[in-house]
Amino acid sequence: MHTQSIAELSAGLKAKKFSSRELTAHYLKRIESFDKQLNSYITVTAEQALAQADAADARLAQGQGGALTGIPLAQKDIFCTTGVRTSCASKMLDSFIAPYDATIVSKLHDEAGMVMLGKCNMDEFAMGSSTETSWYGPTANPWDVTRVPGGSSGGSVAAVAAGLAPAATASDTGGSIRQPAALTNLTGIKPTYGRVSRYGMIAFASSLDQAGVVARSAEDAAYVLQAMSGFDPRDSTSIERPVDDLLAGLNGSIKGLKIGLPTEYFAKGMSAGVQQRVAEAIEVFKKLGAEVKEISLPNSPLSVPTYYVVAPAEASSNLARFDGVRYGHRAQDVKNLEELYKRSRGEGFGAEVQRRIMIGTYVLSHGYYDAYYLQAQKLRKLIYEDFKRAFAEVDLVLGPTATDVAFKLGEKSDDPVAMYLNDIYTIAANLAGIPAMSLSCGFVDGLPVGLQLMGNYFSEARLLNAAHQYQQVTDFHKQMPKAFV
Amino acid sequence: MSYDSKTWEVVIGLEVHCQLLTQTKIFSGAATAYGAAPNTQADAVTLGLPGVLPVLNKTALEYAVKFGLAVDAQIAQRCVFARKHYFYPDLPKGYQISQYELPIVHHGHLDIEIDGGVKRIGITRAHLEEDAGKSLHEGYSKQTGIDLNRAGTPLIEIVSEPDIRSAAEAVAYLKKLHQLVVYLGVCDGNMQEGSFRCDANVSVRRRGETKFGTRTETKNVNSFRYVEKAIEFEIERQIDVIESGGKVVQETRLFNPDSGETRSMRSKEDANDYRYFPDPDLLPVVVTTADIERIRATMPELPQAKKERFIAQYGLPAYDAGVLTGEQALAEYYEAVVATSNGDAKTCANWVITDLLGALNKLGKDISASPISAARLAGLIARIADKTISGKIAKEVFEAMLAGEGDADTIIKAKGLVQITDESAIVKAIEDVMAKNPQQVADYRGGKDKLFGFFVGQAMKATQGKANPDALNRLLKEKLAG
Repeated sequence: MHTQSIAELSAGLKAKKFSSRELTAHYLKRIESFDKQLNSYITVTAEQALAQADAADARLAQGQGGALTGIPLAQKDIFCTTGVRTSCASKMLDSFIAPYDATIVSKLHDEAGMVMLGKCNMDEFAMGSSTETSWYGPTANPWDVTRVPGGSSGGSVAAVAAGLAPAATASDTGGSIRQPAALTNLTGIKPTYGRVSRYGMIAFASSLDQAGVVARSAEDAAYVLQAMSGFDPRDSTSIERPVDDLLAGLNGSIKGLKIGLPTEYFAKGMSAGVQQRVAEAIEVFKKLGAEVKEISLPNSPLSVPTYYVVAPAEASSNLARFDGVRYGHRAQDVKNLEELYKRSRGEGFGAEVQRRIMIGTYVLSHGYYDAYYLQAQKLRKLIYEDFKRAFAEVDLVLGPTATDVAFKLGEKSDDPVAMYLNDIYTIAANLAGIPAMSLSCGFVDGLPVGLQLMGNYFSEARLLNAAHQYQQVTDFHKQMPKAFV
Repeated sequence: MSYDSKTWEVVIGLEVHCQLLTQTKIFSGAATAYGAAPNTQADAVTLGLPGVLPVLNKTALEYAVKFGLAVDAQIAQRCVFARKHYFYPDLPKGYQISQYELPIVHHGHLDIEIDGGVKRIGITRAHLEEDAGKSLHEGYSKQTGIDLNRAGTPLIEIVSEPDIRSAAEAVAYLKKLHQLVVYLGVCDGNMQEGSFRCDANVSVRRRGETKFGTRTETKNVNSFRYVEKAIEFEIERQIDVIESGGKVVQETRLFNPDSGETRSMRSKEDANDYRYFPDPDLLPVVVTTADIERIRATMPELPQAKKERFIAQYGLPAYDAGVLTGEQALAEYYEAVVATSNGDAKTCANWVITDLLGALNKLGKDISASPISAARLAGLIARIADKTISGKIAKEVFEAMLAGEGDADTIIKAKGLVQITDESAIVKAIEDVMAKNPQQVADYRGGKDKLFGFFVGQAMKATQGKANPDALNRLLKEKLAG
């Protein structure tokens, strides 16, 4: 069952070939068998999952329920889930049980009727590109368990890649959906900023954070993203605009689709293997009738430095609430208030989180704000204008998702800057707020390579259509890591 | 004021925190009512739980715009919420959502009356922000209680220009501001509950100096009298420091109402770096001209305009008009009395100001809790106007109304107080008085005019005060003339 697409699983449930309880139990069993090797889940909610499955079966038996009713799903542990620990992979929130559901959680489980298998591992507070900063230990890449699955949504991708969930939610602040999807042979999409509600998603960098999905195909991703999207009055940055039908257009031809290849993305930095696979993918798109042309995103080299001012600045502010006073980790035997703060935060946050809080605090400080934060906002506008010009010429922008295939666990964990450069191709989409996705375009030495597609605002349907058409003539996405078949 | 104002000039700027009278908090649907059990009005947003987001309460924004219009200020077409960071247990998110570079209201002013003249005090800005919670130290041993009911209550912080030159001006400004926000219905003005509280920035300089002296900020003073005392204390303290060769230190101070003194709380060096930046969870707020006009249409008549209208429409002296428009409820009461009494406006004003306010003052009651309704007071004045009773008898009726004995007509009837207008009855009373006091009649006729009052008194007494005073005067003169 775990090799089937969401459409197939949905049809199987409707045809009573299997029940949601059977399907859910199948995934729970696989989690039990395989997750010791991967550490993709922080919390498995077996009992709750089976209860949700039974409720779904009851609805299905009455001929009710939609396409996703009864289909299991894993949640990244950044989304608040009532009665279930929501840790953000931090010691700080190890004891935090959310008293409310994130909007996407109620949309996917209460409205769409999906079954939550559990909460997936991630980099602590989504800060990282390897899932090694998690308080719960690193997650392994199912394609090679000595390698990282990428991050921050490493638990989500490892679970889906290994067949421990049909799909998983994820979040993307600088590439946290796309880079892990690329490193694990998945399809991951970060929609337009404001398309999916952020309410109940623990904030890292509010102006960049966007929830999305990782799945085994563009079609699977479209199903889940459709159910997650929409305006939310509880999120002032969510956009009041009808959601496009993401599934209806999947099968449309992409003949005449204009695809731009940014000179800057192909200039240097990519490994030879990645370059080769991306070049092959471009040929596939040409065969599908797309028109490919070179374009320029001249300010793209500014993305990483801009991001590493804006994101830590917002993070330092967003994480100020974790003070040990109302919830979360509280240091014991403190002498005074200042010590309560210092020790609770010092003990509760890991090194990478502390590093970013310090960078962020510095760039917002009196006398430095103009030089860093304000300047970064100006650069951000330039990056946005690059895309504006590009989308006047082309429909989609294509390039690599990551510079290379998955690296070894521990290889970059002592070198923050090398780690930050993992997101060199993905950050710009967050800074501009445009939708972007990654899909598999082959392998190098048995390790997956990701292809990135970026589109104009609200072009999720077009992105998914292009990816789906590519996946109709390729079968990379159907491959599973042998150890987890 | 005991300092030498010929040598020293005082410079004061005030920051007033004014809680807005909205049903719910500025960024969440939690209730704002005062006095609920601790933390019962703290929802997920108020508690700053992970993942929650703020959504602006549109009423709070409208109230801020209303205030801005009332002080002739500029309303920003685009204003921005910013985060102000500091750690404190009653600040759940580790930052307060406020406004920094682009406040909703700026460049306004308020005219105050001082020493018989009018002085204009500039209002630099008024910005929207959320209140913090409360830390409770009493009743906890080695612990602090945190009540987050107040956290997230909408505030406007109104910042004046350093245009104020004395404690008296500061109090006049605060009273005017207080009256205004209460009139507008944007604040309940309750200073004990902290709905309207003030920080005073005070500095002194020698007359002729062009540069401001170093200022201190005295925080959270919550009564007009305390503001006056705190400022006066600060003025004298700063002058003492300078005169004894020292320098005023820029610092935040606290006022102790018991001692009437201020003391240092923290120096500038210890001040927080608030690390303001635009809140990425809230989009810039756009207020269109149409929005402003819509809000303007809902504005009540403001105190100054009402006062001017009372002078023009009712022919009242400025003093009377000022008293009557001091509170909206009082102005409404007065206008209701005038409209239904048929009495002249000045008579009505006298009754309201002297008799009614005097009585309420003794009872310690507010106009809204007056035992005599406007309709009843109007009924009383109407009986004077139609000469049913005299002004003197009316005082007796008023006392009876105050005691809850019913409306004027009921009391007049029950007590038989109807004025005697039958001239033959009055003449009879006069003749009786003259018959009983032949010596006084002789003296009067001999030139002792002062005795006229004696005869009026005696005749009134004989009629139990019910004689029509005009008729009595005229008839008495005739009779005494012989």
